[in-house]
Amino acid sequence: MPTLLVNGKTLNHSAEPDTPLLWVLREQLGLTGTKYGCGVAQCGSCTVHLDGAPVRSCALPVSAVQPTQKITTIEGLSPDGSHALQKAWIDNDVPQCGYCQSGMLMAAAALLRDKPQPTDADIDAAITNICRCGTYNRVRSAIHQAAGERRSAGLDIVHLRRSVS
Amino acid sequence: MNKLIAHLQQDDAGQASDAGPASASNFTLDRRSFIGAAVAAGSLVLGFASQAATPGTSAATSAATSAATQPEINVWVVVQPDDQVIIRIARSEMGQGTLTGLAQMVAEELQCDWTRVQTEYPTPGQSLARKRAWGNFSTGGSQGIRGSQDYVRKGGAAARMMLVQAAANTWQVPVGECSVKAGVISHAGTGRKLRYGQVAAAAAALTAPADVQLKDAKDWHLAGRRLARLDTVEKTNGKQIYGADLQLPGMLNASIRACPVFGGKLKSFEAAPVMAMPGVKQVLRVGDNAVAVVADTWWRAHKGLQALKIDWDLGPNAKVQQADIQAMVAEGLSAAGAVAGHTEGEAMQAMAGAARTIEATYSYPFQNHATMETMNATALFQPAAGDKAARCEVWTPTQNGEGALAATAEAAGLPPAQCEVYKIHLGGGFGRRGATHDWVRQAVSIAKQMPGVPVKLLWSREEDMTHGMYHPITQCKLKAGLDAQGKVNALHMRIAGQSILAALFPQAVREGRDPVVFQGLNKGGGEAMIGYSFPHLLIDHAMRNPHVPPGFWRGVNLNQNAIYMECFLDEIAHATGKDPLQLRRELMQAHPKHLAVLEAAAARAGWGQAAPDVNGQKVFRGLAQTHGFGSYVAACAEVSVSAEGELKVHRIVAATDPGHAVNPQQIEAQVEGSFVYGLTAALYGECTVKDGRIVQTNFDTYPMMKLREMPKVETVLMPSGGFWGGVGEPTIAVAAPAVLNAIFAATGKRIRDLPLKHHSLKRV
Repeated sequence: MPTLLVNGKTLNHSAEPDTPLLWVLREQLGLTGTKYGCGVAQCGSCTVHLDGAPVRSCALPVSAVQPTQKITTIEGLSPDGSHALQKAWIDNDVPQCGYCQSGMLMAAAALLRDKPQPTDADIDAAITNICRCGTYNRVRSAIHQAAGERRSAGLDIVHLRRSVS
Repeated sequence: MNKLIAHLQQDDAGQASDAGPASASNFTLDRRSFIGAAVAAGSLVLGFASQAATPGTSAATSAATSAATQPEINVWVVVQPDDQVIIRIARSEMGQGTLTGLAQMVAEELQCDWTRVQTEYPTPGQSLARKRAWGNFSTGGSQGIRGSQDYVRKGGAAARMMLVQAAANTWQVPVGECSVKAGVISHAGTGRKLRYGQVAAAAAALTAPADVQLKDAKDWHLAGRRLARLDTVEKTNGKQIYGADLQLPGMLNASIRACPVFGGKLKSFEAAPVMAMPGVKQVLRVGDNAVAVVADTWWRAHKGLQALKIDWDLGPNAKVQQADIQAMVAEGLSAAGAVAGHTEGEAMQAMAGAARTIEATYSYPFQNHATMETMNATALFQPAAGDKAARCEVWTPTQNGEGALAATAEAAGLPPAQCEVYKIHLGGGFGRRGATHDWVRQAVSIAKQMPGVPVKLLWSREEDMTHGMYHPITQCKLKAGLDAQGKVNALHMRIAGQSILAALFPQAVREGRDPVVFQGLNKGGGEAMIGYSFPHLLIDHAMRNPHVPPGFWRGVNLNQNAIYMECFLDEIAHATGKDPLQLRRELMQAHPKHLAVLEAAAARAGWGQAAPDVNGQKVFRGLAQTHGFGSYVAACAEVSVSAEGELKVHRIVAATDPGHAVNPQQIEAQVEGSFVYGLTAALYGECTVKDGRIVQTNFDTYPMMKLREMPKVETVLMPSGGFWGGVGEPTIAVAAPAVLNAIFAATGKRIRDLPLKHHSLKRV
C-alpha cells in the first residue's frame, strides 16, 4: 500500500496513481482543511507544502510525491494554531467566508520561510491565490504583522474573547 | 406547497418587505425541546462534524445540541446553567459577518457576557414547525442585519427582562430594584447577585413580556463596536466545515454534468464502461437534463464522469451565438413599447427642444458568481418503512434555508414536514446560493434513486462556471438634452436587456415591469433611489431575455446602472467643461444624503488638488455615487495608466452612510471586499456564449483580480441614523464607474463596454 508523509506521520492510502494529491488528502486521509477550488492550479485554495515549498495539490498526481517527501497541510502548520501567521490572521480578522484561507496561509507561510521580512513586492509575487470575498488587503497586513514588522495600523479590532499579546 | 415555495421565493427576490417572524412580538413559551439538528456555527460545528452522526435520524445529529440548547428563554436565546449563551441566527453566514453582527445586537439587548456567547443555526424545518418562529431565512439583498435587527433585538431584550424577573422572583423583590451587567443580576438594596445561568430555568418558565423597549443606538456597548468576528479561529486552522467537507457514515460522492446548452436535454449515456471503473457505484439520470456518476470518492466519481459517453439533445438554443444575444439586446435600445420606471416632466418633448444633445451607449456582460466553494449538497432519502413515513434530509451551504427546504420537498415529492435542511457555512454566496437551489434538487434526485444512502453532490469548477445563474446582460442608451447655458434639462435613459425576475419570479413582474431593473434609479422608496434631479426625466426598460439564465449577482442591477449613470454624467461634465463634482453638486441639491457621501469621499481623496505621482506616473481621479440596499455610497478612485497602457488602481476612498453601523471593522471588510468583486468585474468579468453554451470554464478563462492588483481602500463610515441600510453590496456599484471615470481623466478614453481587458489603454 502506498504511503505519504503528512504532517509528520506516515499514512497509507489506496488512491490510483493519477489521483491528485488534493483528493488523497481530503478523501483518503480525512484532511479537509485543504480545499478544492478549480482543479487546474489557478486559484491556490489547495496549496500545501512539499518539502517546505508551496504546491498546488489539485494538479499534482499522488504518484509524483515520494514517500519520504514531507507534506504539510493547514492542519499541520502548527500544532495548536499558534503559527505567527495564524495569530496575525486572527488579530486582523482576515477571513470572510474563509474557504480560500487555508491556501492563503500556506502560501504566506512558505513566503515567510524564504523571506522572513517580505516587502510588498515580495507579497505581490508570492500570493497569487484567488479570494472572491476580497480579503487581500488584510492578508497583506497580517503577513507584515506576522513578520514582526508592524502591527496593522488602523484596524483596531476589539478582541474581548481572548487576550491579545 | 406551491404557496410556500412562492412565498419563500418572493423573499429571495428581496422585493417583498422583510416581514418579521410571526411570533416575534409575542414570545409564547414553548416547552418542547429544541430537537432540530442545528448545525451550529462556530465551534459547535466541530462537535457535529466529528460526532459521526447516524444519518437519517435527526435525534442523532442533534444529540450534541438538543441537550446543549436548553433552557430556551425564547427562540433567539438559550442560557445554559454554566452561563453559556447560545444565540440563534436564522440568516446564513457566507463571509459577510452577519453571524457576528446579529449576535452583537441580541447580546446588546440581552446584556450578557460576550465572552460566553456561541451561535447556532435553527433549522428551517423546525422554524416551519413552529410557525416560522425565526422569520425570514433569506440572506440576500444585504438584508441580514437590516431585515432582522428589530425582532432579534427584541428577542434579546425580552430574554433579559425574563432573566431579571426570575432573579427578582427568587429574591422576592421588585424587579425595578434589580440591575444587570454582563450576565450578572444584582439587587441594589442587599448586594445579592445571581448569574444568568442560575435563573435561566426559572426565566424560561415565565410569560414573555408584552412590551419591550429597545436601546437607543447611542447607548450601545456591544453593537456599534469593532468586535472581532466569532468565526475566525476555525478559518485559520482548517477546522471550519463547509458543505464540500461534510462526511457522513456510508456516504457516497457524486459528480454531475448537465446539458452544456441551456434548455437542452439528456438523451442517453453509456453506463457500462464507467460502472467498471474503480469505486463507481451508479450512473444516474438526474432530471431531464443531467447525468451523475456516484462513487465511493468524489475524485473517482468525477473521473468516471469525464470518461462517460453522453448523448445530448442540445435543442434549438445550440444555434445561439454571443452576437445574436448582443443584437437582440441592442434592438431594445430603440424599440417601441418600453416600460417606464421613473418619469419626471416630459423628457422626450424637452429633448426635442434642446439646444444641444449628448448621447452614448453602454453595455454590461454576463458574469458568473464564481464562489470559491462550488455548488454542493448532501442528501439522504429514506422511503417509508412500516409506520415510519418517508423522509428527506439535506445538508447544504445555502443563502436561504427555507428556500432549500422548499426545493428539497419539491424534488423529493414529500411535504416539507417530512424534510429537513441543515445549513452549513458557505464558501461564498454572492447571490448564487439563494434563489434557485438547482443543486439541491439535483442532490435530492440522486438520493431518491439511492434510498438510505447519503450522497454528496459536488460540482466541478467547470460545471459551476457553465451552469450558473448569470449576472444579467443589459445595454443602455443615454441621451441628455442641454439648455443654452449647458444645463441638463432632460435625460432619457433606455435600458435594454435581461430581467432577473422574469426568469426566477415571474409573478413579481407586473404589466411587463420588473422593478429590480431600476435599482438605484427609483424616485423614492428608501431602497435604491436616484441621487439627481432633472427637470425632465425618462428611465425606461425594454425587456429582452436571452436563453442564458440570469440570477441575483452581488450588487444586482445597481452594478451596471451606476456605471451607466455615473459615467454618462462624467461625459456631460467633460462635454460642458464642468468639474464632475461640481456638475453633480448642481444636480444633487435635493438629495443631501447622496451628496454628503460624495463630498466626504471627494474631500478625503483630495479632489480639486493634484494627486501625487506614484513611481513617476501621474495619478488621476474619478468619482461615482449611488444609493442601493438602503445605503448611500460614493467612491473616489485614483489610477495611473502608463504609456504602454498598463492600468494601476492605487487607491479608492469609499464613503458609506448605512444609517446604523453595527460592526465598523466588518463594514470596512465588506467595502474592501466589494471593491474586489466590483473591480474583478470591471477588469475581467465576462461570460460569453458560443453554440448556446458558456465559453468560460475555469479561472484560466475567467480570470480574477489578485492581491497584487488590489488598491489601498480607505473607508469613510458616516452613519447618520434614522434608517438601516445594508453594506454587503452597495459599494460594488461605485467601484467600476469611479475607475472608468479616472481612466478617462488619465487617457481621454471613454470605456463604455466591459470588461476592460478588451480595451487597449495605450497612448496613441
